[in-house]
Amino acid sequence: MSLVVPEIRRSWIATVNPLAKLVVSLLVAVTLVLSIDVVSAGIVVAVMVVLLPFAGLSARQLAVRTSPIVVSAVLACIATALYGVDEGATLLALGPVTVTVGSVGLAVAILLRVLAVGVPAVVLFATTDPTDLADSLAQLAKLPARFVLGALAALRLVGLLLEDWEALGLARRARGVADRGRVRRFLVQAGTLLVFAVRRGGKLATAMEARGFGGDAPRSWARRSVLRPRDVAVMVVGALVVAAAVTTAVVVGSWRPVL
Amino acid sequence: MTAAARVTARGWGWRHGDRPRPAVSGLDLDVEPGERVLLLGASGAGKSTLLAGLAGVLGDAEDGDRTGELLVDGRRPEDARGRVGLVLQDPDGQTVLARVGDEVAFGCENLGLPREEIWRRVAEALEAVGLDVPLDHPTSELSGGQKQRLAIASVLAMRPGLVLLDEPTANLDPDGVAEVREAVARLVADRGATLVVVEHRVETWVDLVDRVVVLEPGGGVRADGAPDAVLGSRAAELAAEGIWVPGRHPVVPRGSRRADAPELLVADALAVGRRRFGERQPRTAAADIDLTVRAGRTTAILGPNGAGKSTLGLTLAGLLTPVGGGLTALPALAGRLSPAPIRWRSRELAARIGTIFQDPEHQFLRGTVRDELEVGPRALKRPESEVAAVRDRLAQRLRLTTLLEANPFTLSGGEKRRLSVATALATAPAVLVADEPSFGQDALTWAELLRLLDELVAEGTALVTVTHDLALVDALADDRLLLAGAAAKEVVP
Repeated sequence: MSLVVPEIRRSWIATVNPLAKLVVSLLVAVTLVLSIDVVSAGIVVAVMVVLLPFAGLSARQLAVRTSPIVVSAVLACIATALYGVDEGATLLALGPVTVTVGSVGLAVAILLRVLAVGVPAVVLFATTDPTDLADSLAQLAKLPARFVLGALAALRLVGLLLEDWEALGLARRARGVADRGRVRRFLVQAGTLLVFAVRRGGKLATAMEARGFGGDAPRSWARRSVLRPRDVAVMVVGALVVAAAVTTAVVVGSWRPVL
Repeated sequence: MTAAARVTARGWGWRHGDRPRPAVSGLDLDVEPGERVLLLGASGAGKSTLLAGLAGVLGDAEDGDRTGELLVDGRRPEDARGRVGLVLQDPDGQTVLARVGDEVAFGCENLGLPREEIWRRVAEALEAVGLDVPLDHPTSELSGGQKQRLAIASVLAMRPGLVLLDEPTANLDPDGVAEVREAVARLVADRGATLVVVEHRVETWVDLVDRVVVLEPGGGVRADGAPDAVLGSRAAELAAEGIWVPGRHPVVPRGSRRADAPELLVADALAVGRRRFGERQPRTAAADIDLTVRAGRTTAILGPNGAGKSTLGLTLAGLLTPVGGGLTALPALAGRLSPAPIRWRSRELAARIGTIFQDPEHQFLRGTVRDELEVGPRALKRPESEVAAVRDRLAQRLRLTTLLEANPFTLSGGEKRRLSVATALATAPAVLVADEPSFGQDALTWAELLRLLDELVAEGTALVTVTHDLALVDALADDRLLLAGAAAKEVVP
């Protein structure tokens, strides 16, 4: 299940508390959504590029995992250049489609923004064990145990459901119905998988309940999740980078609040 | 160890919300602390319902109607969480977490135990069930027997007074059964916990228990006493209800076999494997396999867990692409088609090779048994009259006639198995590949299934079966292929 439950390589960032990584990711995402400009996102992306080699992912892993983000960033960029609000000199005009200095600027800002928000999130999940994330969300962020552990257990079902999906596909071929109607077959098979998911989920819930989960008594935690100085340092550095990016953008006058 | 628990039932009953009749009713039962009870009964006698009731997981008034009283140490089971531990049949369905140590710790965390105490208990429990793997070992990489031992360890770490096992070995191979039995034997050795186990294979547990209770379908207790007494006086009756009573296992006589069986499918230095999700290259599960599948003969594929038996079965069935070597369908099977079954269209495959999957539910495509039986013939564009004829003949032969309007997913385990066999036969394939067809079946369904398979082979079908069931192999197999890790050996009969 290499994609679902990634193998976490030993690296510096893998030892950082997941909550610290999550806080930095959210900080970047929330701040950059407030404005569409090249400078603030550009600074974050620049810092990110410098830090990526320390993320503990091989170049190939990084390429595979970030490829959906890069592709969507480029698509969003092209769409904005073609259809974005026109402003300034026209660079290209093809019937109703015009590319102007303004729309290109906007397009680059969008490209950088998607990368700045998406890539840290990918790194967060690629370097974080889901169990550790659940521990820190429950113990440090004080999210309800029922919610956090329910989600964690559901993640374990994903592996089983992938096996179900494969078996369902093979069974359709074996029974002679896999030649035509690819789209319809996919939808029906997805419906069947949903039935399996509900049933497996129900069984797992019973197993968890039988082991005392969901009772009224306070729960203890076998693994301690703590914020150490390095975790605080990660959050502080993240906050400083974001603050510097915003300040610079405001000072040079490119900050364009969208709210 | 905490003290063993006492079980008391007084006129207890439970009706599931969506069923007209109660699963259990009017049950009176006392189990003394430290007693070890084997709970028997025909399919549908309410054994699992009783265990769920004792574990306090039946739910509330929304889920069903409760009558009478069921108590553990004088308390409602729902109020005695942690006093009762339940292990279920499906090894995959009850693992909550990704790492072995965390899994065992989960129940202790729910009890609110201090951290040092939890890890002390985790080590103890894993030791007690003989599961010698690192604490951070992935739970998904354990064998079935190991997963069940992990489930037992997880229950054990909570130090329950009552341990409930619901068919814990039904889905395991013989090694797994032995592992689990041994783990349970150790756990009840000091009588620190009361044990109630449900299982239709009596011989697995009979030496370990001191009492056998037989539930009456519809309500109450039919027989209750020492194992020898109950099994002595009720053996014939229990066997007739499908319970595997020692010395009374069903016997299926072998039908005739053709001497001049034509060859249909030839594997030559075949290597099989499957590609896991997210990986580019398939992993080889078994290699160097030489095998000839002949009409009118049964080939049994044997070997330990993880030897690649199921992968080989699915490859022979034309569902997985061979990783190496050759798999050739001879003209007697392929006709004018390509000799590689994986190249055939789905329709062409279904008319030639049928597959019975390990989990029958994976095979079901429609909302009623009737439609399910018609899928294959319709896919082959058979005329309407023939579709109906095939459906009725198979329904008759597999005793599904009264179930034609039922939803396949709501059938009992035995009925599901019979339907999955019927759907594979509906396209009259010359080769039938069956993956663990007899897993977890009661003795009645088992005997019925074997008689049917034997008839098919006598009629000229080539049967390839992947199995751990040595009784099935003895009854049916003409050729045996033993897979042992990477190398395969054909054992000449």
